[in-house]
Amino acid sequence: MGWLFDAENWSGATGIPVRLLEHLAYTWLTLLIAAVIAVPLGAYVGHTGRGGFLIVGLTNGLRALPTMAVLILVVLWAGIGDLPVYTALVLLAIPPIMAGTYAGIRAVEPATVDAARGVGMRERAVLLQVELPNSLPLVFGGFRSAALQVVATATIAAYVGAGGLGRYVFDGLAFQEYDQMLGGAVLVAVLAVLVDLVFVGLQRLTVSPGLRPVGTGGKS
Amino acid sequence: MTWIFENWDKFLELTAVHLRLAVVPVLIGLVISIPLGWVASRSRVASAVLLPLSNILYTIPSLAMIVIMPALIGSKILDEINVVIPLAIYTVALLIRGISDALRAVPGHVVAAATAMGFRPLRRFITVEFPLAVPVTIAGLRVAMVSNISMVSIGALVGLGGYGQLFIEGYQSNQDKVWAGLIATIVLALIADTLLQVAGRVLTPWVRAGR
Repeated sequence: MGWLFDAENWSGATGIPVRLLEHLAYTWLTLLIAAVIAVPLGAYVGHTGRGGFLIVGLTNGLRALPTMAVLILVVLWAGIGDLPVYTALVLLAIPPIMAGTYAGIRAVEPATVDAARGVGMRERAVLLQVELPNSLPLVFGGFRSAALQVVATATIAAYVGAGGLGRYVFDGLAFQEYDQMLGGAVLVAVLAVLVDLVFVGLQRLTVSPGLRPVGTGGKS
Repeated sequence: MTWIFENWDKFLELTAVHLRLAVVPVLIGLVISIPLGWVASRSRVASAVLLPLSNILYTIPSLAMIVIMPALIGSKILDEINVVIPLAIYTVALLIRGISDALRAVPGHVVAAATAMGFRPLRRFITVEFPLAVPVTIAGLRVAMVSNISMVSIGALVGLGGYGQLFIEGYQSNQDKVWAGLIATIVLALIADTLLQVAGRVLTPWVRAGR
């Protein structure tokens, strides 16, 4: 564990803070792109009820998809760079977010939705002001499991030349510096737990107290 | 895809390793999570410790866990146990909450009836209480099995076998190998999932009897 506490590893262009920020940048931008795609789709399908089987089938099927193969195929197709990393990560993050949004909207009490229509809300307002806020616990569940998978997979992305904390794992492996490899792995584990905690906190802050929730899980 | 048919022996060998690395942890995880789930269903303290702990362990990425194992248990980098233990931990994490909830949901009068019929606690657990938790257990096992089958590949990054090896080799030489590994993984996951689903039906005939 000496590597982790060596001051030398905490500074410079390949120091732990830089790698940590790279890792967080991958995670954050991936979640943002995935959210822009997945939330409207999930909300639309959840609201209209059309195509629900597609979302359920897609999420179950994708659980079996080996992330590494996806990553390698995109690299072979597009070359090394940011594109394969984000393509693979976004593909991973979309299903849980979409499924969470879809399930969240489907789980809103029909009586509540009826009441919203009854007081004269248009469909758009029903979706934005009633269904989405009420579905937040499950939407957050989706984001949490997406974030975990992205943090985990961003590590693997270092195998195809990406930055982030995975660098230490693969560089350590390549140069047989197991101390560095172990240090990198510990950092990833700690980061994953912290990111999960941040989402739990966000959930507490934004979800209406009337809807105290439990999150759903997913794993990469 | 043609790679599979041209290298049938190697493919079967990789399949055997992949299956072993995916199935053994699920079995170990199942055996561990039944008593743990029972303890968590009985004691508030145990469930307050076990459930959050399993959540945290589940959060740790598989690659990190595989890499940390040697330092933790003193194994060599290339020991299969480095993959088996993390995947077993994930399986426990997936199963324990469901099992403990299901055991807690067994109606009191059912337990009382079994006791009145002279069932001792162990026999009552095996023949009455646990069977009622089987549907939840099977649901958890299906998730664990499928995600384990896809996660085993990660082990190849540190030199452990299975279809993941095809990804590594394919990355350096040919794309066909990557596709072969990808498709084989998905097919294996589908087969395992179907088998578990069938097992669930066979084990719980009473679920359909009422219809």
